[in-house]
Formats: sequence, structure tokens, C-alpha cells
Amino acid sequence: MDYLDTTIDDVIDTFEFLDDWEDKYRFIIDLGRKLPPLDASEMTEETRVRGCQSQVWLVPELDDAGTLSFRGDSDAHIVKGLVALMLLIHSGKTPKQILDTDAKAILGQLDLSAHLSPMRANGLFSMLERIRTVAAEHAA
Amino acid sequence: MSQLDTLPKLDVAAIRADFPILQETVHGKPLVFLDSAASAQKPECVIKAEVDLYHHYYANIHRGVYKFSQDATEAYENTRETVRAFIGARSTRECLFVRGATEGINLVAQAWGRAFLKEGDEIILSEMEHHSNIVPWQMVAEEKGATIKAIPVLDDGSLDMEAYKSLLSDRTKMVAVAHVSNSIGTINPVKDIIKMAHDVGALTLIDGCQAAPHFQIDVRDLDADFYAFSAHKAYGPTGIGVIYGKEDLLDKMPPWQGGGDMISTVSIEKTTYNDLPHKFEAGTPNIAGGIAMGAAISYINSVGFDAIEAHEKAITDYAMAVLGRVNSLRLIGTAKDRCSVISFVMDHAHPHDIGTILDRQGIAVRAGHHCAQPMMDRFDIPGTVRASFGIYNSTDDVDRLVEGLQKVVDIFG
Repeated sequence: MDYLDTTIDDVIDTFEFLDDWEDKYRFIIDLGRKLPPLDASEMTEETRVRGCQSQVWLVPELDDAGTLSFRGDSDAHIVKGLVALMLLIHSGKTPKQILDTDAKAILGQLDLSAHLSPMRANGLFSMLERIRTVAAEHAA
Repeated sequence: MSQLDTLPKLDVAAIRADFPILQETVHGKPLVFLDSAASAQKPECVIKAEVDLYHHYYANIHRGVYKFSQDATEAYENTRETVRAFIGARSTRECLFVRGATEGINLVAQAWGRAFLKEGDEIILSEMEHHSNIVPWQMVAEEKGATIKAIPVLDDGSLDMEAYKSLLSDRTKMVAVAHVSNSIGTINPVKDIIKMAHDVGALTLIDGCQAAPHFQIDVRDLDADFYAFSAHKAYGPTGIGVIYGKEDLLDKMPPWQGGGDMISTVSIEKTTYNDLPHKFEAGTPNIAGGIAMGAAISYINSVGFDAIEAHEKAITDYAMAVLGRVNSLRLIGTAKDRCSVISFVMDHAHPHDIGTILDRQGIAVRAGHHCAQPMMDRFDIPGTVRASFGIYNSTDDVDRLVEGLQKVVDIFG
């Protein structure tokens, strides 16, 4: 996650200084812009997490040390920023650590948890489900 | 006097006062509701019609000999007459109550399609159809070995009528098209479409969801065989709608769902069916919804379609003009005949981004494919932002939308 040049804790700290919704969204959008786009060949039916209004792609990778990392992308800027947040929250952890992570609580600290509701059409909820499914498969 | 002065005026402030929800704020901003094409807000009289039933005279209908059952039956069946007059049907027997247009289309696809479609028959739809006027036909076509063809859409968002003509043949058994496109607002020439279908012996179903709230429908003038609309897009409640069908066709169609209310006599060996419209209305219906749908139509009638049409045309024309000047915005669908729906995309932001930034400013629009994916494919876009107008919108709402879009340009531009 070096390319994002930050950690989820830094993001939470930064957010405390941003009181305006617009600044928060600008920050999220900038975070998304730092996320390297997936190669077109990686945007397959298999990696696609379908949403009604925007699409998300997620590529999981397991390294030799047994930690999972994820790369992701979206066709919408704000969602891509939220994808970046989700990657910050989950990447570089063991499957067990991922399953112990409460992403919704972390997004709640950022006042963004509404984006994670099951009915939200942006694909983020499905993305979280997929991250946890992949973690569960590798934790077994 | 200019022609404008003679048009019936709509008092938008008075109308807005009828809709309690319009007093709400969203993220601290007064609500600008521009998603009536998805579902319209409800006036107090519609809300009250439902509450009054439950407070004062609720009982199941079509069965009781006691007063409340009779009162509720009368109120429910009064709506049927209101609906009949609203769409110009010959008889209330032609006005079936269903959950909404989706169920109405499924009813025709199943009851008519399964009885009368044969292998090799063709059903003609259009590229601009809502999924609810595609999928039911695909389901029955697959079962019966029929084929589906689609009328292409031209660049301006109107139907390619030359192509339609060439699709028609003696194999065509059903032509099912939208009266008004839900995704881009084109008003289709359905009277011509119906006439051309009848000339080859085909039947027609018109999806009138986006027409019913906006202008007068006359199923007899159109000569439509079936016509569907949902109450909730016409200021009425959810879970109720109408499928109109010509009586001789409905008579020939077998029932779709079995249950109470749709029967005449039942023995374990044999059931005889009730008369129209009840033959197609199995089970206890949406009683409160039916009664409130009547209130919604009466409300529309009290405002009057002359005033509604003039008002909504003025707003739509104004919106087309001012939105066209927003930096990097491209309108999708610019057909001459259009109605209360404007769709657009912007260069630097995805529809989802635009919808999110507008939401933060208290502006509700729809962002996405609008349940019309073939239409989005036609224009090679993932979706659009759709602003749609109802009787309670004003040019102030359009101005707020334009301001909101300036913010989108600031953030993403």
C-alpha cells in the first residue's frame, strides 16, 4: 500500500481536522486518484463486484508469509476513494486479522459508514463481503 | 394576450404545501426532489385516504355483509371508476388492479402469452424499454419458443420508426413499448406504433408508467390493447397499479393466479371463474392502496392536465436550456417530443459521483442505468444522472441543481 503513502490511522487523524463534507470528499477522491488503476485484463467478471450505480473490481493476492493484500478499482471517483480506504483497512493482514477487523466501525469513525449499508448501490458492501470471504477461505 | 397568458396556471406554492415531505431538509439543506420518475411524493390527501380507512372503516372487501366491509368495498371499487375515466376505458371490467406496472406486464405476458404465443412468433420491444417490459417477455418467449426483436433508438433518443416498420410481419404477435422513456424522457408515437402493429394483426402493450402522471391518457383513442401504469409514480401509494386490457381479450385469457375472489364456484373437481375484472384479482388485494390510488388520481384531476403539462413543459424546457450551459455536461436524449425527464453525463465525474455530491447539497437525483441497461449500452455509457420533474417542482429547483452541478465541476473538473 506504499503508493497511498498513508495509513488508516493517519486518515482518521486527518479527518478530525476536516469539518466540511466537501473537504472530506476531496480527500477521499484524492486518495482514490493515488490508487494505481487495475490493468484492463484484470477487470474481469471474476474480479468484478457489481453495484447498481457504480462498479468495483477487487484482486486478492496471498504472499508467501501468509498475508493477504488487495488491489482494487472503481469507475466512480468517490467509490474509488472508498475502495482505497478499504484496501488500507484490510491489506497486509493475515486472514485471521482481516476477519477480526470491523471495517464498518472504522468507516463510522470517518462518518462514512452509510456507504457500507447492504442496500447501498455502490458495490462497497459487496466488496467487503468478498474481502471477508477470501480471508475466510485462506484462514481455514 | 400571448398564448402563454391563456395557458392554465399551476400555483406551485399551493401544490408544494400539499406535499408534507417537501418541508424536510437533507444534510441541513431544503430538499430538492428531482426523482419523481422513480417514485413521486405523496400529497396529504393520499396519505389521509389510507389513514382514514384504517382509522374509521377498515374491513376486508367483496365479502362482508356488515357496514365496514361494504363501505371499504365501495371506496375500493369507486377507484376503479376513477381509473376508468382517467384512462378512457370503456368499462371498469377492463381495469385490473395489480401490484404495479411490472405485475401488469407479467400478467399479460403469462396469461396471454402462454395461451396464445407459438413457436416462431415474434414479440417486438424497443431498445429503450425498462427491464420490466423486457424480462417478462423474455421469460414467456423462452417457454413458448418465440423470438424477441427490438426497435432501435436513434441518436436523439427517439425510436427508429423506419426500422420498426421493417421489423413488423405476420409473425409479429405482440408489440410492447413505453409511452415515455423512463431513462431519457422521449415520448414515443404510440398511436402510430399501435396502428402499424394492428395492420399486421399484432396486439400491443403500452408501458404508461412515465405518461400517467404527466398527460392525459386515452386508451380508446390510442386503441391500445393493454396499457400499464403504477400508482406510486402518479402521487399514489406503492404496491398498486393498473393493467388495462380490452374486454374481449381479457375474456379470452385464462386466469393467471388462482385464489379467493377470482372464482365463481369451487369444488374439489372443478372451479368456474369470476367475471372481469375479478378473474385476474386473486386474493385479498391492496385495499388501502386501491383507495389511496383513487385519491391520487382525483388530486391529479383537481389540478388538471392542461396546467400540469404546461407547468412541466416550462420546467423541462428551462432545465434543458440551463443544463446545456454547464461545463462538460452532455445531455442524453434530445428528441423533440419529451416529458419531464432529463438525462445527462459529465466528462470528469461518474454519475455516482455526481449523485453523491448533489445529495450532500440536499438534491435528490437518480444516478445509474435506470433499469434500462440496453439503453445505456446503446449510448455506450455506464449510466446517466437523471433529473425528473413532477407537479411540485419549480425553476428554483432547476437553479439549485445547476448550482449543485457547479460544485461537481469544482470538485472533479
